[in-house]
Amino acid sequence: MAEAVELKAIGTRPVRPDGVDKVTGRANFGADMALPGMVHAKILRSPHAHARIKTVDVSKALQLDGVHAAISGKDLPQEGANDLSVNILARDKALYHGHAVAAVAARTPDIAERALELIHVEYEPLSPVLSIDDAIADGATLVNENMYTNGDRSLAPSNVAAKQSFERGDVEKGFAEADVIVENAYRVPTAHQGYIEPHACVATINEGGRATVWCSTQGQFDVRSMTAGVLNKKVSDIKVIPSEIGGGFGGKTTIYLEPIAVKLSEISGRPVKMVMNREEVFRATGPTSATLCRIRVGAKNDGTITAATAWLAYEAGAFAGAPVGPGCMSVLAPYNLENFRIEGLDVLVNKPKVAAYRAPGAPQSMHAMECTVDEVARKIGMDPIDLRLKNAADEGTVAPYGPRFPAIGLVECLKAAKKHPNYVNKPDDGVGRGVAVGFWFNIGMQSSAEVRIAENGGVTIMEGNPDIGGSRASMCLMAAETLGVPYETINAHVGDTEATGFCNVTGGSRTTFATGLAVVQACEDIIAQCKERAALTWDLDVEQVDWQDGRAVPKPGVNADVQPLSLADIARSAGRTGGPLLGRASLNAQGPGASFSVNWTDVVLDRDTGKVDVLAFTAVQDAGRAIHPAYVEGQMQGGAVQGLGWALNEEYIYDQQGVMENAGFLDYRVPVASDMPMIECQIVEVPNPSHPYGVRGVGETPIVAPLAATSNAVRDLLGFRINDLPLSPPRVLEAIEENA
Amino acid sequence: MMSKIHVSTTVNGQPEEALCEAQQSLLDLLRDELGLTGTKEGCGTGDCGACTVLLDGRLVCSCLVLGAEAQGKEVTTIEGIADADGLHVVQQKFLEHAALQCGICTPGFIVAAKALLDKNPDPDETTIRYWLAGNLCRCTGYDKIVRAVQDAAQELAHSS
Repeated sequence: MAEAVELKAIGTRPVRPDGVDKVTGRANFGADMALPGMVHAKILRSPHAHARIKTVDVSKALQLDGVHAAISGKDLPQEGANDLSVNILARDKALYHGHAVAAVAARTPDIAERALELIHVEYEPLSPVLSIDDAIADGATLVNENMYTNGDRSLAPSNVAAKQSFERGDVEKGFAEADVIVENAYRVPTAHQGYIEPHACVATINEGGRATVWCSTQGQFDVRSMTAGVLNKKVSDIKVIPSEIGGGFGGKTTIYLEPIAVKLSEISGRPVKMVMNREEVFRATGPTSATLCRIRVGAKNDGTITAATAWLAYEAGAFAGAPVGPGCMSVLAPYNLENFRIEGLDVLVNKPKVAAYRAPGAPQSMHAMECTVDEVARKIGMDPIDLRLKNAADEGTVAPYGPRFPAIGLVECLKAAKKHPNYVNKPDDGVGRGVAVGFWFNIGMQSSAEVRIAENGGVTIMEGNPDIGGSRASMCLMAAETLGVPYETINAHVGDTEATGFCNVTGGSRTTFATGLAVVQACEDIIAQCKERAALTWDLDVEQVDWQDGRAVPKPGVNADVQPLSLADIARSAGRTGGPLLGRASLNAQGPGASFSVNWTDVVLDRDTGKVDVLAFTAVQDAGRAIHPAYVEGQMQGGAVQGLGWALNEEYIYDQQGVMENAGFLDYRVPVASDMPMIECQIVEVPNPSHPYGVRGVGETPIVAPLAATSNAVRDLLGFRINDLPLSPPRVLEAIEENA
Repeated sequence: MMSKIHVSTTVNGQPEEALCEAQQSLLDLLRDELGLTGTKEGCGTGDCGACTVLLDGRLVCSCLVLGAEAQGKEVTTIEGIADADGLHVVQQKFLEHAALQCGICTPGFIVAAKALLDKNPDPDETTIRYWLAGNLCRCTGYDKIVRAVQDAAQELAHSS
């Protein structure tokens, strides 16, 4: 951590470098790419939630004029086919409504659609497994006959892919010491990330076996390795060029189309374009896990939590891999507890394979915990923020998942919330208020960056993280601060897999932290080179040169009659001092720094319709240091509204056969502008000791607390708890009638 | 196969001609035949507003209009909002307020917001929120979008 120096660029709110292209329609997103000779591919999807596939016959489709290629699952490499491959094209079984079964490439999208109707698939429908209760019941139908819990083949096959548990202290003793105990079970429904841009790609492969893929993704390097894995190709034979990305929220960290497009290009000899429609996005991509969470919390009358247990079951969809691990690790993270036990289950059901969604796993488990803590506060008559302050994790607390927290900002957020005018002012009669805290670990991982100086001193940053919410601006601000040059002289580019060094995915709230760290180090490399060039020019030792405000100057006390050299001066004469200035850094970033939040919301209720309206929402969050505060607020506001949508309306609705009934934005209703108030933000800054400017990731924490905050606000109004989400009008109305 | 339909239309003030299929939407005509990819497709069912354009001055979801319906009409797309003097004030305010994160919904919002201010130069917050309720944004939570439109209205009032 640098000394508390005065920052000039960081903390300001300049226009993002890619902004003009994005307000004029120039920016190119996934579906905007076109190549000469390109053909269009479409996917045939299973109408059944669970069915054996007996035959797939594409021969009639191939006979249609304008059709260039058609494939089914057997055309992808079989040996070593992993879940990703089987999800991309089904093999022996269709595992959810919408599972891809075959694909056709044709001259136009319309011809491809018509060709799909000519593909003959013989299905043997099986009974679908559609809930955690069904999946874990004795004698349940198996989604996967070869699935054994934790791989233990001494047990019978099961829909429970994995179980995990961890505990500390003596839970029974803790509950015995409690004055009050609250226990409840909560359900959170399947929800989709809901990015507005559907998945899209263009792929071409030449006769030498080298493929190029243009696509919308959160990680071009992951697309490269995953596509190579599915197609049994070498990673180095695939180049992936990321487009601008129209939202991801975790849902574009995996692939659905790219191997199919490459395969169809290989067969047809043409570039192949694939664009999903919205129904496909809902039926076959995303979503996150529906969950069933049981929480038990014991506390003393002074608010001290003496014990907690959590039993957390997460739907994985049709393949193992629900975010149950992070769900278990986050559920109790805000609390300093001596006694707890956490168990988690990864449960297969006949729904789409879940993908990461903003703080994967945490919103569901922490909804359950934060609702339970709210009930404890009510029972002992304590302010919900005071109760959390009494038990809050702080620097030095051993987190429930193992490590000791370095400096974290939960206590600072709680104290800021307690004195915030929106909290001090009590809600009017008829208005309910609910409070909850949120948390996310954040991640570091691998990043690379180059900083290139043009002959006029202009700075180009080359890095590899698709800019999903203003990260180019953050990179430029950190570079401006480090180099001491104006923000406006800097541009940031997101390179393809061959233009830039490896970067892990844009996810885990890692980009501003880890790739930002690489940019800072690459700028420091430039400064070191500039000092050498100045020393050479002035005939001094490099140790006698300093870098101040974007210029090389002799150190104080060095006797040299020279004018300072700016970055532009040095760049202009770089040819005479050793060649172009090129700074580099690559790293595996450690210490990302957890981010905590406190949210509260005021709601009103129409008791005739059951509709809940959000009057006010306030988010307080620790950002470590806000590089571009407007985009930090944007993460807080956007995450809040996604969380409110999940709390109030969003859910996958299935019929008894497992057919999704609301696969469109009309019936899967995400919040619109008229549903929402302004989202008030207060950024708390407890610097992360592992970053030179104190950055913590901020992108994911904001979606965590709104679920419970909303539930707690509705509880405040109703006088009783509705355990399950969403708190949609039909559910609220039914609960009101039942409790009348 | 049916023969294509010859469409003569005006897009952003320029006369344009194109051949389109009978079932082809105005959105596809703009994107695939005229190369105007600034207008985006988010749903294809008129629920997200990413494809918002003006058709003879009226806001429409171009995914719900047939390409053939553009015959003899004037279409304004995101590419027609800025002019030789630079960005429209709504575009400028979206930038200043960080009213976009990923940017996929932005063209639709800007076309819709400009249409609002052309019709009602002094909208209150509720009016802005209901006018923009046909445009989905999943990134921003709408806060900064609404503020950008409020600020644009204020600036237009001062400059007129």
